[in-house]
Amino acid sequence: MPEPDINHTGDPVDAPVPAAAAGTALLDPGEETAAKPRVSRRTQLLVGAPMLVGGLALAGFAATTALLITLAKVLLLVVGLLVAMNGLGRIAEAVRGKSVDIVFVLGMTWLTVLIGLAVLAPLLPLGNHNDATQGLYAPIFAEPELGSEYPLGTNNYGLDMLARAIYGARTSLVVSLFAILIGTTVGGLIGMVAGFLRGATDRVVGILANALLAVPPLVLLIALGTVLSPNLRNLSIALSLLTIPSMVRVARANTITFAQREFVLAAQAIGATRMRLLRKELLPNVVLPVASMGVVMVSMLIVAEASLSYLGLGIRAPEPTWGNMIAEGEGGVMEAHPFIVIVPGLCLFLTVFSFNLLGEKVQKRWDPRSAKL
Amino acid sequence: MLRQFVLRVLELLAVLLLVSFGVFALLSLVPGDPAVAVLGEGREPSEYAALRDEMGLNDPFFTRYFDWFGGVLHGDLGSSLIPPVVPVWDRLVAAMPVSLELAGLGLLIALVVSVPLAMWSAYNEGGRIDRAIGAFTFGLLSLPSFLVGLVLIAVLVNSMGWFPRTGWVRITDDFGGNLSHVFLPALTIALMEMAMFTRILRNDLVTTLNEDFILAARAKGMPPLRIMVSDALRPSSFSLVTILGLSIGRLVGSTVIVEYLFSLPGMGRLVIEAASTGNYPMVQGAVLLIAVVYVLSSALIDLSYGYLDPRTRRARA
Repeated sequence: MPEPDINHTGDPVDAPVPAAAAGTALLDPGEETAAKPRVSRRTQLLVGAPMLVGGLALAGFAATTALLITLAKVLLLVVGLLVAMNGLGRIAEAVRGKSVDIVFVLGMTWLTVLIGLAVLAPLLPLGNHNDATQGLYAPIFAEPELGSEYPLGTNNYGLDMLARAIYGARTSLVVSLFAILIGTTVGGLIGMVAGFLRGATDRVVGILANALLAVPPLVLLIALGTVLSPNLRNLSIALSLLTIPSMVRVARANTITFAQREFVLAAQAIGATRMRLLRKELLPNVVLPVASMGVVMVSMLIVAEASLSYLGLGIRAPEPTWGNMIAEGEGGVMEAHPFIVIVPGLCLFLTVFSFNLLGEKVQKRWDPRSAKL
Repeated sequence: MLRQFVLRVLELLAVLLLVSFGVFALLSLVPGDPAVAVLGEGREPSEYAALRDEMGLNDPFFTRYFDWFGGVLHGDLGSSLIPPVVPVWDRLVAAMPVSLELAGLGLLIALVVSVPLAMWSAYNEGGRIDRAIGAFTFGLLSLPSFLVGLVLIAVLVNSMGWFPRTGWVRITDDFGGNLSHVFLPALTIALMEMAMFTRILRNDLVTTLNEDFILAARAKGMPPLRIMVSDALRPSSFSLVTILGLSIGRLVGSTVIVEYLFSLPGMGRLVIEAASTGNYPMVQGAVLLIAVVYVLSSALIDLSYGYLDPRTRRARA
């Protein structure tokens, strides 16, 4: 077994990234420009600005035009956004004077804004998000129009889509983050104890974790959904069950590796108790890999929660979640009013995408060995 | 080797036993009275009591579990609570082929697309193509399967009209009709798996391509495609196989969602329907069957390591 390249203080590893991992930073536009002769700031700015404007114009045209068929519209939209993003990257590089991972910056901006809005939602002057009786006075299926009373339109009950999207984010984030919190704590502790004690405890924990893994995640959630009434607390607990086996594995594997290291042996030799070994020597080293696994799993939980509510087994309408908002597009509604699906769908995609970016970064930094994807 | 094998089988059995117990215990907590679910509301209390007695609901928990489990061993999973009252097993057997075909075809499409894509990407390591494929697959990984399905429906069904939106034709009735109904759902499942497989295989291929034996093959003047296929692919496929094993769970999940989205008469729709009506014998049976199939296929994938890499045959014993 090769010595793991994590220093035991748990400092982030600054070792050169292995060849296999280097290629994964594929979204990083600055990755290869660093090798090429530098383009001057002026040129970057001159190329970047038109690209940004032109790209946005193209995307805007594609989104609003009625001339093209859907396929062409989608393609144009994607191309426009990519061009705009590349342009923005160039401008940022020119301004900062070094290459900027613009996709990552945009992703983190999205997450920050989203979390901010979700936290402050009850204080914001938002429209009606769940009161169908009040919705009787509002227009139904109002098209999105920025600057109007309903910037993102209204749904079939006349509820405001913007408010619903933000309250949906609230549900999604609260449930997933609580589930991760429970999962990392419970799974991490069980895994550490199993990896430290080994023997029979380890085997029993292994079989229990395997039994939990033996039911595919979504099916487990559906089975739980049959029994539990869908509220935030129950959903968090159910989702945390999905994370526990992985957390147990990561914590156990890391505990086993670290338990063989000299500093643990030394502590043992000077008479540290088992409790102390676990708490003072092993815990600080196991926390980082487990936490990075936690960050990686957030996006999976968001998808799981959305899937469950899309299937009608999660939080029920009219209380909004992105999943049940997307489900409102069923039965021809999506065809007549695409925005009913596009608004929550885009929120879901951007959030999952941003959490995936974050997860990749965090895992490379804190737990380089398991950074596989 | 034999001892290892026996231990593995015993562990499998223990896991399955635990799952059966968990499924039973969980679903015996279903809120509401099964007798009410069968008879409907508004009957005499004595009628409910008689039915509860008949269904064995008054027996102690473990007696009920062993009754149920004994039945399971004989292929008797009980009957559906909601009409039509048919044995759960019959419904499952009717639904199973649909899901298997869907998942199998999805996996096939994913592999057929991802292997060449990964090779192309790894061959151009760090280049424009490599980065484009990387960005594309990363984006795909962030799309939940129901969103992928909705986008495909919007573009390929509503706008182009190439595929039917819903419905199912059995493969034995009409092969072409079956294919046109199964293709779009299978593609939906395939896209995310494809992205995952491509990324994993590409990374391993890049590592392998830096090894000495590849250099030797290059030095001998072998064409790049030949090197890729006959030298690099096999030693690079371990992570892919591991991921294949892990991805089956996700595959089941997306099959469930896609069946719901496209209204296909598979296991997934059966489970969702049963779950939303509180038809717990159906959920029990379906979850148990899915778990058994899932655990067995993971075990098979475990065994395939020995075939792929002779070194692990000894290391594991």
